[in-house]
Amino acid sequence: MELAAAAAMGKFIGAGLAAIGSGAAAIGVGNVAGNFLAGALRNPSAAGSQTATLFIGLAFAEALGIFSFLVALLLMFAV
Amino acid sequence: MTDVATEEAAAHGAEHGEGLVFHPLDQFKITRLFGEGPIEWYTPTNATLWMALAIVAILVIFVFGSKGRALIPSRLQSIGEMAYGFVYKMVEDVAGHDGAKFFPMIMTLFIFILTANMLGLLPGSFTPTSHIAVTAVLGFGFFIFVTLLGFAKNGAHFLGLFWMSDAPLILRPIIAVIEVISYFVRPVSHSIRLAGNIMAGHAVMKVFAAFAPLVLMSAIGYVVTPVSILAITAIYALEVLVAFIQAYVFTILACVYLKDALHPGH
Repeated sequence: MELAAAAAMGKFIGAGLAAIGSGAAAIGVGNVAGNFLAGALRNPSAAGSQTATLFIGLAFAEALGIFSFLVALLLMFAV
Repeated sequence: MTDVATEEAAAHGAEHGEGLVFHPLDQFKITRLFGEGPIEWYTPTNATLWMALAIVAILVIFVFGSKGRALIPSRLQSIGEMAYGFVYKMVEDVAGHDGAKFFPMIMTLFIFILTANMLGLLPGSFTPTSHIAVTAVLGFGFFIFVTLLGFAKNGAHFLGLFWMSDAPLILRPIIAVIEVISYFVRPVSHSIRLAGNIMAGHAVMKVFAAFAPLVLMSAIGYVVTPVSILAITAIYALEVLVAFIQAYVFTILACVYLKDALHPGH
């Protein structure tokens, strides 16, 4: 019984720890967008052609945050 | 372990009785449309209903939109023309001129995902793209297609995608291993990104929605309820943006993978 209780507690602690990954992904997304803006303000004429690259970078950074969110969900509801 | 399970079930039942109700993931349940019984692969469910509705909406927009072919377009025609031009430009920019051959497939992907996302934002509706089962079919299907296309177009040269010819010779095998792994993770991240984003957004909206009826229970609700209703409104606006951006990201990554298949090698 104690083991089961510990497992149930660890599940939620693990889910909370996994949620830290979302914050890390937020830093990454902010980095991408901030650097794009810094570059775009220096050379606005080149900015329009690079929005596709911006979104690809955002998507890659964000995907890892989504993975951690998924791990948290799995721990909460599936394990 | 069974004790914990029964306790959890009891707590789950008690939550329905009084107090705040938090079931943010209940909205993703697949249910039968008609009658009772198990769900087979041919059973009409809410997922298939909303996918069918998305297809009907697409047909209505594009069939009626392209009917008039007026020089000064009607509103419906403008939507169709804008969507067409937007996706065509994206395919040509990213995948190159010979990628434009595959424009119909990319357009289908984009319009289907966008419409399914947007219909899913209607209150009470169901979002098929929030299920990994749906997005994985799209992602893995595209991945298999692109891999076969790469081998068919370039033969063994397609393997040049993994062999960095401008890296130092010692590093090349190591980089090749990393490239192969990253290539096979592509469909996983491709499909989970879409489903995860949509699911996360809808779950967050539901969490805030669960705070909204607090005003009926305690005095603190006079502060919490307006704040949570405002938050739902703001998150809903964000979700409209996310619905478009995720469709865009899915499509543009499909274009990138298509480009890799058509022009491998670094």
